[in-house]
Amino acid sequence: MATTVTAAPSSTATRLVAVPAGVTLPIFMDNHSTTPVDPRVLEAMLPYFTQHFGNAASRNHSFGWAAEAAVDNARAQVAALIGGDAKEIVFTSGATEAINLAIKGAVSYYKKQGNHVVTVETEHKATLDTCKRLQRDGIEVTVLRPGSDGLVTPQQVADAVTDKTVVVSIMLANNEIGVIQPLAEIVAAVKTKNGKTLVHSDIVQAAGKIPVDVEALKLDLASLSAHKMYGPKGIGALWVRRKPRIRIDPLIDGGGHERGMRSGTLPVPLIVGFGKAAEVAAADLATEGPRMLALRERLHRGINARLVETYVNGSLEHRLPGNLNISFAFVEGESLLMALKDVAVSSGSACTSASLEPSYVLRALGVGEELAHTSIRFGLGRFNTEAEVDYTIDLVATSVERLRELSPLWEMHQDGIDIKSIQWTPH
Amino acid sequence: MAYSDKVIDHYENPRNVGSLGKDEDDVGTGLVGAPACGDVMKLQIRVKDGVISDAKFKTFGCGSAIASSSLATEMIKGMTLDQAASIRNTEIVQELNLPPVKIHCSVLAEDAIKAAVDDYKKKQAARDAQA
Repeated sequence: MATTVTAAPSSTATRLVAVPAGVTLPIFMDNHSTTPVDPRVLEAMLPYFTQHFGNAASRNHSFGWAAEAAVDNARAQVAALIGGDAKEIVFTSGATEAINLAIKGAVSYYKKQGNHVVTVETEHKATLDTCKRLQRDGIEVTVLRPGSDGLVTPQQVADAVTDKTVVVSIMLANNEIGVIQPLAEIVAAVKTKNGKTLVHSDIVQAAGKIPVDVEALKLDLASLSAHKMYGPKGIGALWVRRKPRIRIDPLIDGGGHERGMRSGTLPVPLIVGFGKAAEVAAADLATEGPRMLALRERLHRGINARLVETYVNGSLEHRLPGNLNISFAFVEGESLLMALKDVAVSSGSACTSASLEPSYVLRALGVGEELAHTSIRFGLGRFNTEAEVDYTIDLVATSVERLRELSPLWEMHQDGIDIKSIQWTPH
Repeated sequence: MAYSDKVIDHYENPRNVGSLGKDEDDVGTGLVGAPACGDVMKLQIRVKDGVISDAKFKTFGCGSAIASSSLATEMIKGMTLDQAASIRNTEIVQELNLPPVKIHCSVLAEDAIKAAVDDYKKKQAARDAQA
């Protein structure tokens, strides 16, 4: 086959933008997906692998006692972070299990009270898929659509609650867009409508990032994860209210650990790490919150100073301080991620998935698919610095400008052509 | 997901980026894909004596889509219209080592070439009809 090949310019090994002093690449700015273990946490965990390795359920020797004491301490640390009582903490393998346990466990235990669950389209898959499973098993599920700001209203939730509603499950802060639901008002509205309905909240992204008080929120159940707050992976917790006592059927039967709600030998080092992570987060909350917000605003301002046609997804006002989810019109998200390979972020573009559908969260907000494909989620965390943010701004702006020069949509926009007026050929 | 070196090379050093005069007689334009699907390719050819003398592209899409269209412009330069229109997406898949989830990018590039050739032919037919 005759092919004329144009000589390719030599590979641009040089970086697009200069790396400032004090910045080490790659930069991790995807702190909603996970976080590194804080060195203080790791230090607390280490003795529990080899030195204090006892089984916390061993009641008859000092190895067991040491492990049990460490678990009790961690239980109190986790409870303190969210304003709960140590006896209300049930350790699980992570938040996915905690969410499954909360919703399935409550629906099973209170089946005589009803057969209805209410949740929201923008919940994490751990909640949505749990509800789908229940639906297949004959439970009625109502999935509410949030407003374009990502928020549901207390009235909207109360309207969905019936005398058959067993559980309402609504997250406090969203993992993609960081929006914070008016949870206290939602709980109050639900309880006014049906005093027996339980409210569970996935507080994974909120815990340790903003003040959370399960008592003030008047929740019944709440799910947490350690690795989103600088603790280890593989450990989470379900907070289960004791006064008045909330009951759930276990998903895992065995030795009756965790007061029968979750059997299985406790992973003591992970629990110790979770506890320490909670303690550190609680201690630093008052300073870290404002610092995260300042970094987020610096990032947002910096991007907007260099680029036009950027759109923040979800409410900017009711949002986690470390989250910025932003669409860069006319630039496909995955191609931008490729340019940002030295900064770990994530995209709402689903170009990698077989479905070719962008983020279901952005779609639920009514974000147009063409904009959803251009979204990037920045998740700032404890170890990010101003210098890293400045480098990121520079890299993002330079990359978006370059990719817009490559984009036929940007060219049309510059020529004043309305992209919506074109007869496209969906594929 | 890891990209092949060839995809990265085309993404970082895309060949033949740009636009040709859409209304010029010897230019054919193909515009395929949809913003809602996350992929839009514009591929243009300039034809002299039945041979593609120049090709330009602009693409909104992932790195593999950019690489597929960049490669397509390289391949078709110097080809006759029929040669260009007979390029199969599998040649692009092979050259770029595209994984299965990215095959649609190569299909879109093949469609873009065909659309540009069709557009040029239509233009010529319209001109011949007028003459």
